[in-house]
Amino acid sequence: MPAVKEIQEKMRARAGELLRDGGVSMALGWKRGEFCHDPEPAFFESEAELDNFVYDGFSSPLLSKYLIETIRKDKQKGEGKGSKFLVFLKPCDSYGLNLLLKEHRVERERVYAVGVGCPGMLDVDKIRAAGVKNMRSFDETETEVTIHASSGDKTLARRDILLEKCLVCKGPEFAVQDEVLAPGLPSFEGGDRFAGVTELESMSPEERFSFWRNELSRCIRCNACRNACPVCSCNKCVFDNPQSGVQAKSNADSFEENMFHIVRAFHVAGRCSDCGECSRVCPQKIPLHLLNRKFIKDINAFYGAFQAGADAEARAPLTNYEFGDVEPGAVVKRGGGA
Amino acid sequence: MPINAESGEFKPMIVAFCCNWCSYAGADLAGSSRLSYPADVKIIRVPCSCRVNPLFMLRAFQRGADGVIMCGCHPGDCHYTSGNYFARRRMALLFSMLEYLGIEKGRVRVEWVSAAEGQKFAITMNQFAETVAALGECKRLEDLRCQP
Amino acid sequence: MLLKLSLDKTGGLFTEMARDRTLYLPVKRGGQADFAPWTPEAEVCLDYLNTARSIKDFFLPQTENIAAFKREGKKITITPTHEEPSPFVVFGARACDVRSLDVLDRVFLSDPVDTFYKAQRENGVIVSMACAEPEETCFCNAFGIDAAEPRGDVVTWIAGNFLYWEAKTPAGEALTGKLETLMSEADSSDLKEIEEQGKAARAAFKELPLGKLSLEGWSGDDLLGKFTSPLWEKMSKSCLGCGTCTYVCPTCQCYDIQDFDTGHGIARFRCWDSCMYSDFTLMAHGNPRKSQLERFRQRFMHKLVYYPANNDGMYSCVGCGRCVAKCPISMNIAKVIKALGGNANA
Repeated sequence: MPAVKEIQEKMRARAGELLRDGGVSMALGWKRGEFCHDPEPAFFESEAELDNFVYDGFSSPLLSKYLIETIRKDKQKGEGKGSKFLVFLKPCDSYGLNLLLKEHRVERERVYAVGVGCPGMLDVDKIRAAGVKNMRSFDETETEVTIHASSGDKTLARRDILLEKCLVCKGPEFAVQDEVLAPGLPSFEGGDRFAGVTELESMSPEERFSFWRNELSRCIRCNACRNACPVCSCNKCVFDNPQSGVQAKSNADSFEENMFHIVRAFHVAGRCSDCGECSRVCPQKIPLHLLNRKFIKDINAFYGAFQAGADAEARAPLTNYEFGDVEPGAVVKRGGGA
Repeated sequence: MPINAESGEFKPMIVAFCCNWCSYAGADLAGSSRLSYPADVKIIRVPCSCRVNPLFMLRAFQRGADGVIMCGCHPGDCHYTSGNYFARRRMALLFSMLEYLGIEKGRVRVEWVSAAEGQKFAITMNQFAETVAALGECKRLEDLRCQP
Repeated sequence: MLLKLSLDKTGGLFTEMARDRTLYLPVKRGGQADFAPWTPEAEVCLDYLNTARSIKDFFLPQTENIAAFKREGKKITITPTHEEPSPFVVFGARACDVRSLDVLDRVFLSDPVDTFYKAQRENGVIVSMACAEPEETCFCNAFGIDAAEPRGDVVTWIAGNFLYWEAKTPAGEALTGKLETLMSEADSSDLKEIEEQGKAARAAFKELPLGKLSLEGWSGDDLLGKFTSPLWEKMSKSCLGCGTCTYVCPTCQCYDIQDFDTGHGIARFRCWDSCMYSDFTLMAHGNPRKSQLERFRQRFMHKLVYYPANNDGMYSCVGCGRCVAKCPISMNIAKVIKALGGNANA
């Protein structure tokens, strides 16, 4: 398996090729930021711009959702009709693209999807918590990351500094792709992604209530979770719509903290591919994945195992039904407590 | 919500979303049959149980409901063929989520009531009101601004 | 007069400070430091550098009630619902956050004076804390802020095993008066230690990735050139349009006044707003800034061009680095300053 640096060079070369004569008018990737750990989603229109291209353990932002705006703007311009957009997809992002295709937010023929193996993305906060100050550069392999910092060099096991979402990776397969560069990167599968949910379920209602009050009361309603989510793609969100009766720019009451998060999780129930972006981007570190995974766990238990985004055709659990579905009353009777 | 000033007895405020074709007619029948159910059950008529957005349920709690119940046609009898099947999935997930957030599980309920089941309607409402009364005021999903 | 107190005795200091007022200080919450009211159980963290949210919260809270309206027949009753201000102390504000109050003061204390903000300012005592070292994302030095010598009613330093304390204003003196018995007088060797630490900190700030950030080219004489720059389109492309940067920013001061229908009346409140949102400055014809490009440009033009143009060249960014640390896709003001600024950043 190739080193991450090699993959980056392969991607850069392939993007160059496709931009030059592959009928692709733009490549969605990542470019170098101000630090060594903050690559930013980037839109490359020429080979020359690719000098800044970067793909490493910090290329965590997902790119599939950007296709909506990219294609929309292209249509607005009215030129370059039919031009394709190259997008580099990590395995988890490929599920996002499938969902966008399924919901007709993105047209398949406008996308050239290149799957890239992912070594598992790194969490800069975990690195800092390990005592690293002022990271200057780093070398990575699939098992280890050596960090060069003003606090000295430090080698950490990759597993210990992975983002939460990568600890429960869905695996190295791509749900949708036109070609795959560097397949077969090991995934860090093995973690039980429902462990956190199960733990909460085993608590008493009072404990659960105070757990969620403590978490959700930190919400500042920045909407980062919503805007980073590949399936939160409504043209007008109910929470932005002054006509909706629930529009709010801040949580003026604890009820609104609850409502926003219940409704957001509900709106993506059966559509959430569990990419984990919501938790990654939350500036207040609210474990939002615990809400989404509760729905996923319930859907799997009530209606059979379902992976949103695994294909672009299957009906989502909430737009489907069976005659013998579980009754809501039966659902409520399970579990403990008052 | 309202507490009887004289007896100090707690009477829960209950919102019942009833589908137009079966359950609302069932409530009607309960009335015309002179069956009694608590006056604090506020019925909101909806075209189909499938019209009930989870947001509606939350909003009912926000506005002071202590319990929310959704009634629709029996599975298989939906006026629109399949509305109640979708509603059933939605409510199953919502109820499970509310419980997960620590909201007492007796506060929400789904019951299928046909137009001929006036008695079932009255019994359901009496039972539900009793359950909710035992739970007391809904504190965990209240909006302080909406208090009288 | 410089006072000192052993670090293991800070609990007594906090108890005393919190006796007759609310004491806000950095507390560990959800894995990061944030200002919260002090309680004996609170996990106080003085070794943090940047809290997740800024001290703006105490002067311009995210939401505050204004009034309640009730209608009975043809009669409308209006009741003020704003909470009565009460005295408080903010302990551990960093130099950048203290400077951010200058930015907010110019907005809210100039005519017409914002009475809510003014009341909070009058009731709050700021106990600042010097930075002994920078956070990776810091760039306050670009705005002429000395992190090792913050301003405030009282300035504190932590060096070795001691907390050093010096009152700078009458409000600070008054607070110190109540606490003097807990502390002893520092001597010249202490002073020297603080000075050495400050020197090292200043040097460390210059070595940071953003340590040499320059505002050359942002003097405000080319407003139209900046506004029409083709770079905005490129830079705003990756912006998700969330409000993270505006809500963690200590100087973002835009707010909205909203009416909430309580079912039996109207509750009017003020809350933060974000220029990144589609319903910001919403008018009958819609949002005047229709695309994310325009919203993105507005935020940075406001901070780096419009605000300084109206406030003697003072930028409304203090280089705290919160937006740098928190942006989901790593776009930030430092990138904008570099891209559209002068050659000094090249």
